[in-house]
Amino acid sequence: MTKFTGTDSYIATPDLMIAVNAALTLERPLLIKGEPGTGKTVLAQEVAKALNRPLISWHVKSTTKAQQGLYEYDAVARLRDSQLGDPRVHDIGNYIVKGKLWQAFDTDPCPILLIDEVDKADIEFPNDLLLELDRMEFHVYETRQVVKAAKRPLVIITSNNEKELPDAFLRRCFFHYIRFPDRDTMQRIAEVHYPGIKPALLHQALTVFFDVREVPGLKKKPSTSELLDWIKLLLAEDLSPDELRDKDAKNLIPKLHGALLKNEQDIHLFERLAFMNRRGS
Amino acid sequence: MFLTLFLDLRAAKVPVSLGEYLTLLEAVVRGAAGFSVEDFYYLARAILVKDERNLDKFDRVFATVFEGVVSQAGSIEEFLAQIPEDWLRALAEKLLTPAEMAEIQALGGFDKLMETLKERLAEQNEEHHGGNKWIGTGGTSPFGAYGYNPAGIRIGQKTNRHNRAVKVWDRREFKNLDDGVELGTRNFRMALRRLRKFARDGAATELDLDATIAGTARSGGMLDVHLRPERHNKIKVLLLLDVGGSMDSHIQTCEELFSAARSEFKHLEHYYFHNCPYGHLWRDNSRRWDDRIATWDVIHTYPPDWKLVIVGDASMSPWEITTPGAAVEEWNEEAGSVWINRLLTQWPAAAWLNPSPARQWSWTESIAMLHQAMGGRMHGLTLEGLDQAMRQLNRGAPGR
Repeated sequence: MTKFTGTDSYIATPDLMIAVNAALTLERPLLIKGEPGTGKTVLAQEVAKALNRPLISWHVKSTTKAQQGLYEYDAVARLRDSQLGDPRVHDIGNYIVKGKLWQAFDTDPCPILLIDEVDKADIEFPNDLLLELDRMEFHVYETRQVVKAAKRPLVIITSNNEKELPDAFLRRCFFHYIRFPDRDTMQRIAEVHYPGIKPALLHQALTVFFDVREVPGLKKKPSTSELLDWIKLLLAEDLSPDELRDKDAKNLIPKLHGALLKNEQDIHLFERLAFMNRRGS
Repeated sequence: MFLTLFLDLRAAKVPVSLGEYLTLLEAVVRGAAGFSVEDFYYLARAILVKDERNLDKFDRVFATVFEGVVSQAGSIEEFLAQIPEDWLRALAEKLLTPAEMAEIQALGGFDKLMETLKERLAEQNEEHHGGNKWIGTGGTSPFGAYGYNPAGIRIGQKTNRHNRAVKVWDRREFKNLDDGVELGTRNFRMALRRLRKFARDGAATELDLDATIAGTARSGGMLDVHLRPERHNKIKVLLLLDVGGSMDSHIQTCEELFSAARSEFKHLEHYYFHNCPYGHLWRDNSRRWDDRIATWDVIHTYPPDWKLVIVGDASMSPWEITTPGAAVEEWNEEAGSVWINRLLTQWPAAAWLNPSPARQWSWTESIAMLHQAMGGRMHGLTLEGLDQAMRQLNRGAPGR
């Protein structure tokens, strides 16, 4: 079995690698939590890429039902066909639409199944998937067949903590909390994404970025994805490190802050701080 | 060795089960960890810990088990480790003005202050009030409530003298969070679900399979599609929340209730009041002075089929309920009890949720009075109380 060791576009910390590999070896679902924008969803894509396996993503919404992941019975199509005298109507199997979980059980080679943002769904959603994730099989009532995974796919589940997940569900998963990267890791991540970026600019951008995160009372702290967007902007504008370093009182708000600060309260907070600083000096 | 880890984790209240322990053994046998302690640490963490809130506990247990250090139960270091630093920081930043923060330099900056605090805690071993060095209330020490030192960290002081500094630090307070008290949003939501009543109204958008089959059969096989409106919760809730003053210590519980109610009901309107509803309510607490709404307008806006839920600790001077003009924030022409009666007349299905513990209700006169004014429909803001309140709301007003 191949092991996951990160890819050339994704820096994985050792603890993350261990968690992914343990989930691979023991064929258990892996639950990933962490601040928004720390690469939870991207992880599944990168694991699929690294292991050279197909990725099946199931993006959960507030209206998603667990049953939709298994299969759906298209009764309306069957009724219509019966009106038109279509011979397909005699086989109910023609009207069973496979869900993402079924697709994952069927796909060869054994795929990675991403259940994205599991906390967005109804509060009972995780409970409805217990048996399916545990045994990797389910029963199709309409055709009386049992669908079973030939090889258990690696299931990666992400959550943003909007709802608490039930204990029974948690007990079946491995868990990894993606901590916010420290400066060194962050530098490696940025370099991977923007190879050839000038070290001076990167250094300055990271300093500003971590300073912004340190400001107390921010509603939404900028995270990895915001930093990457911001660096992209900086590169596009072709700013020099000196322009970023302009850290005296008047310019407390970082350049092109739209990529870093995402709500008006935070921008307002910065303006207030800048104002206080100006008065102080 | 692994068993010690497992048992110690359970002792430290990290919820681990036998199944997870066996999984860990299986993982080790199958070589998922390699052979370094670090790898094993990561592996054990991924398998045994399911919530980031428990990561810190896990780290401490892991350290003691694998360093072979016997932890001294109740030692001051262990106790200190349980004080979340973020909490201290947030507290200090919230309570200190920028000018005061600058004066913290008197003690050598924030970190120094935290350090000194930890040292002091290690030295102090009994409750203390007054004086100028120890942590407690009413002194000039930088630590504790009501201090005069500009660099003071007001430990445990909310705005009430009720919660004294030492009480909040007291370790037992953290330990005693048993299941009867601890409420998460999930529990709240499950309790609120009792209030659900589904009904179909609105535009017909959903296929009614049974009616379609029946209709098709009736018309001799010609497809006869029937649609029906989508089912949704038809319960409408008007939530009145007490804010400020004595409610400050219940903010978190109320926030949880609010967010749970938000997602559970389609029709939820909320208004704030202070202590007792009088002539005005407001929707946005930061604009409570310039954006008030007359209670009469609210009474005229929502028809009687709405359910009224009032959340407040009902702790105030009894005069506020009985006498006109006794409200603390506004001049009220009419007494609180008059307004309560008006609200109850408009919305017969009503309940009062009280976050202060039920056994304290009899101590406060105003709670007893409001309990009576509500016709006995006051419930504690616990899972059990919420459950009772929802059942009672479903039954409707007493005597109906």
